Amino acid sequence: MSFFYDLFGNVLNFTWQQGVMILIGCALIWCAIKREMEPTLLLPMGFGAILVNLPMVHTEAIETLFNAGIASELFPLLLFIGIGAMIDFGPLLSNPKMFLFGAAAQFGIFFTLVIAVALGFDLKDAASTAIIAAADGPTSIYVANYFQSTYQGAIMVAAYSYMALVPIIQPPIIKAITTKKERMIRMEYSAANVSKTTRILFPIFVTIIAGTVAPKSAELIGFLMFGNLIRECGVLENLSKSAQSELANLITILLGISVSFRMKAELFVTWQTLLILGLGLFGFVFDTVGGVLFAKFLNLFSKKKVNPMIGAAGISAFPMASRMVHKMGREEDPNNFLLMHAAGANVSGQIASVIAGGLIITLVEQML
Amino acid sequence: MNTALIMACLGIMAKGMVGIFIVILVIWGLVALLNKITSAKK
Repeated sequence: MSFFYDLFGNVLNFTWQQGVMILIGCALIWCAIKREMEPTLLLPMGFGAILVNLPMVHTEAIETLFNAGIASELFPLLLFIGIGAMIDFGPLLSNPKMFLFGAAAQFGIFFTLVIAVALGFDLKDAASTAIIAAADGPTSIYVANYFQSTYQGAIMVAAYSYMALVPIIQPPIIKAITTKKERMIRMEYSAANVSKTTRILFPIFVTIIAGTVAPKSAELIGFLMFGNLIRECGVLENLSKSAQSELANLITILLGISVSFRMKAELFVTWQTLLILGLGLFGFVFDTVGGVLFAKFLNLFSKKKVNPMIGAAGISAFPMASRMVHKMGREEDPNNFLLMHAAGANVSGQIASVIAGGLIITLVEQML
Repeated sequence: MNTALIMACLGIMAKGMVGIFIVILVIWGLVALLNKITSAKK
């Protein structure tokens, strides 16, 4: 008996909370493989969740990665260089009106902050939870880490899962607050040529403006725009390709597994985690509502009507939100092509969500 | 329920949304200006 205990005694150290976390880890891996939901992140996170929840496990290496890459805010920033290099701001620059929808679709972040505080979260955790609604993984990680939230694991799982669930979450909300006639509105698209000068100056100007207004997120917007400048400058093609592939892939692998350090059962299996998941979903819903209602509001005054679904593409989840809006438009009218407008609003949401992250840090910190 | 904190958060919501719109409007203005200048060059 003692022989078996010496060999397999650790099995008795399993707690039911660790069992729950291992099941969650398996569910994340299933979502990544079977459903192809953000597989690059959900798979490493799921595997990490299993690893860190084994009984008496040593997690020094994952902790070192977490401290080096996430606690120092390095991974989200480096990932943003890759994301910036991937984004073509052309549809937005040729149709700058779409900028407005990116701003409007950040409403859910601030509304969730109010609701989270009303539910009893302290201000730092409420702000960290609210930023899930940014639909922007790196910004969520950055803000949650900035406020040293104890719920970082849940926030990151929620942020990436909901981004992948955009095609499921948004359509019923859009349908509930728009009429069929509104969803059939056609929008002309004239592909204006954007000059190289504009493409090069754009990331520099955005960094200066957004970084000055929200200095706490200057690095975040700066790294995103730096990546885009590498892409657009025309003389750093190799660096641009590396940022889009090797850099982004390497950081993604390490980010996913590092995040799992915050997915230990004692931190994750709590009622607050369920509340955070619920609040994240709530924020997504109100981002969508904010964007759509803003588009409807604009239609009260403008001659050229905007399809209100474009407002829903103003969230940061790129390119899922714009594809979904385009698809919904074609379901109502097969000859309606909303993709370029939606893509413009969608990349605007990418910028606006980072600005929102910076503003929430600045404004909340003033109250602490 | 901490009513004072909720009211403060409503203030953050108002300031935040106004802040985002102002920044976005400034960027929009600059892009429109850049588009105009650079297309005029052509």
